[in-house]
Amino acid sequence: MPKVKIDGFEVEVPEGTTILQAARQIGGDVVPPAMCYYSTLQGSGGKCRTCLVKVTKASERDPRPLPKLVASCQQVVMDGMEVANISSEEVLNARRGVVEFLLINHPLDCPICDQAGECHLQDLAFEHGLASTRYEFERRTFEQIDIGPYIKLHMTRCILCYRCVHVANQLTDERVHGVMYRGDHAEISTYIEKAIENDFSGNVIDVCPVGALTDRTFRFKSRVWFLNPMNAHRDCDKCAGKAVVWMYGSEIYRVTARKDAYGEVHDFICNTCRFDKKERTDWVIEGPAHIDRHSVISQNHYEDEEKVVR
Amino acid sequence: MGRKILLEHAHIPDIYTYEVYRRYGGYRAVEKALKTMTPDEVVEEVKKSGLRGRGGAGFPTGMKWSFLAKPEGVPRYLLCNADESEPGTFKDRYLMQHLPHLLIEGMIVSSYALGAHTSYIYIRGEYTWLLFHLERAIAEAYAAGWLGKNILGTGYHLDLYVSPGAGAYICGEETALIESLEGKRGNPRIKPPFPAVKGLWQCPTVVNNVETLAAVVPIVNDGGDEYAKIGVGRSTGTKLISACGNIQRPGVYEVELGLPVEEFLYSDEWCGGIKGGKRLKACVPGGSSVPILPYPLVTKTASGEPRLLSYESLADGGFATGSMLGSGGFIVYDEDQCIVRNTWNFTRFYRHESCGQCSPCREGTGWMEKVLWRLENGQGKMSDIDLLVDIAQKIEGNTICPLGDAAAWPVASAIRHFRDEFEWHVRQPKLCLERNYGLLEDKTPVADWSTA
Ligand SMILES: Cc1cc2nc3c(=O)[nH]c(=O)nc-3n(C[C@H](O)[C@H](O)[C@H](O)COP(=O)(O)O)c2cc1C
Ligand code: SF4
Ligand code: SF4
Ligand code: FES
Repeated sequence: MPKVKIDGFEVEVPEGTTILQAARQIGGDVVPPAMCYYSTLQGSGGKCRTCLVKVTKASERDPRPLPKLVASCQQVVMDGMEVANISSEEVLNARRGVVEFLLINHPLDCPICDQAGECHLQDLAFEHGLASTRYEFERRTFEQIDIGPYIKLHMTRCILCYRCVHVANQLTDERVHGVMYRGDHAEISTYIEKAIENDFSGNVIDVCPVGALTDRTFRFKSRVWFLNPMNAHRDCDKCAGKAVVWMYGSEIYRVTARKDAYGEVHDFICNTCRFDKKERTDWVIEGPAHIDRHSVISQNHYEDEEKVVR
Repeated sequence: MGRKILLEHAHIPDIYTYEVYRRYGGYRAVEKALKTMTPDEVVEEVKKSGLRGRGGAGFPTGMKWSFLAKPEGVPRYLLCNADESEPGTFKDRYLMQHLPHLLIEGMIVSSYALGAHTSYIYIRGEYTWLLFHLERAIAEAYAAGWLGKNILGTGYHLDLYVSPGAGAYICGEETALIESLEGKRGNPRIKPPFPAVKGLWQCPTVVNNVETLAAVVPIVNDGGDEYAKIGVGRSTGTKLISACGNIQRPGVYEVELGLPVEEFLYSDEWCGGIKGGKRLKACVPGGSSVPILPYPLVTKTASGEPRLLSYESLADGGFATGSMLGSGGFIVYDEDQCIVRNTWNFTRFYRHESCGQCSPCREGTGWMEKVLWRLENGQGKMSDIDLLVDIAQKIEGNTICPLGDAAAWPVASAIRHFRDEFEWHVRQPKLCLERNYGLLEDKTPVADWSTA
């Protein structure tokens, strides 16, 4: 198995592992941020460029460095490879650049955005961004669109990570949800504003790193950090029925799929579980869901035993 | 008079028809290759010729062909890149207009060399008339037995199709071209895998420029060694240059690589000098994507050597004082042209043509365009100039495909060589709306090239 060193930490990984996955095995600060890659979506990644790293030694056989920074979510490790992430000023500088690019057209509407508190762009900007902007032009805006009864598309906030496109492509037979136009006028769109008609369409909400796709049944109901996320399950004939129910007192405000430490869903859930099952009696509650990111959600200490409502 | 091997017969009336083309020796290369050479021997001749890709990057064609994976039972494809959309470049159009059969002949020989049985010409959507022109020529070639089953009784079969793009510069990038040909949105693919391993329909694929494929015809006819005698050093053969801008005689010229830029620019055989007897201000020698050169660096390199039309000489001095041969789009600016406006115009193009997949290119091109627009219109600030340099730096090298670099280089090089003109636009916000900077206040050489 190839051995790779990332910021000085060595790890042995199976053949074909990407630098990003290898870094996740090490964990901690050496893990590059990923805004478009999503381990459970085929073909995702390579686009946002936040995960760029420097390969200072390509392999044992060919120890030369790679000439350009590489997308760690795409680049496969070679035996003896050495990678610099946070130990490279060049990487950090490029990353600051990418964060700035992602922010120049992003609306600063966090105070009214449902995603606030669980937005990856917010986290990214907090960690790598500048406090002020050098961008002095009008930001790009779009009309909001309802994609069917459950999903709201707020294109103005989109960072074009293509995750939702992969979800839609991998869920439906027809290509109904994709990107129209090019460049900075590109937009996510459904085929003639159709809904994505599929029992699993709601998953586009969970994969969206920002507030561009939100749950219409939950819009403006509450800030996420006032809610207690609880692992729960139910018997479902469409999906595994394993979800997180977000509770306020004994009321279920919304249902999402379960996410791992990197915010990625492994078991996608169906629309019935997500949108229609909001009664306390619909679910068997297992206990608090652990929110691993240094998230504002964990600030309300919902994991303390006495606060748990069962 | 320079030697012509591609456009030798371009002036002959009706050379675009099969009959006339054949009468002037057309399709000899197909006869020679299919009847007397193995595919590997054709590849060998192309290697010997030293031919380098004419689409922009200048990668050795023979080497590219030898990288093609050849797994058993998997088809291989040859794609001709006729998407020609780079501002300043219009040579492929000329070649296809006058000599469609030369391209078809080159494609038959090249497909044979690569073992491809289906080949495509991916043509720029706006070249609609050429699409029909080529299809008519292809029909003639089928009728005469040069395409289809059992060509010349050799058992080799080849089908050739033309497929139009839908109006996107990015579809000239080889993997975007492949996506588009497959009927998808023309987003460049993330490499690896490279097309030589997984290209069209995930099969091994070679993508070559129109002119590259046409050049295979004289290489097969006269031999790779003969071809390699033309040119200078590692820049062998002839190159089509599309010359435009403020010159007496704009047009498409075939030059032997190594022709001095000075001769090309001022001789009456070629560009005939600057129009209206004005002075030269700058030149973009290889299409909008390559760095701009200020007049002292157009005809001479920084070390005082004559600048030649060759891959090496145009790149002499690297980014500091050199440029690139690129796709051969030779754009000339006289003393009255505004570099800031030109830079804005190019950037507007890249902003419009970015596919939008990766954040640095999608957002960076738009940002640069807005800052340049502000500068050009007398609303800029001094800090804008360094801001542009910084944005360009943050795009360059950090994107999926080279369009990001192509957008960054013109901006970076214009500021490197014409910073005084950018500053003048800030200092003279009213005057810059009334007249151009010209050469009037030019203190060139401004940059200290020895340290740049
Ligand atoms: C944005 C972009 C646009 C391009 N457009 C063209 C084009 O219009 N025609 C072309 O031949 N090559 C174009 N290229 C280069 C191709 O990707 C590819 O390198 C070329 O077709 C290879 O052919 P060659 O080896 O014969 O030059 C473009 C590249 C990029 C990045
Ligand atoms: S809507 Fe969300 S998931 Fe889809 S591309 Fe935009 S940011 Fe990504
Ligand atoms: S560099 Fe620009 S054109 Fe190329 S893939 Fe990225 S966004 Fe698209
Ligand atoms: S996560 Fe790797 S490029 Fe977006």
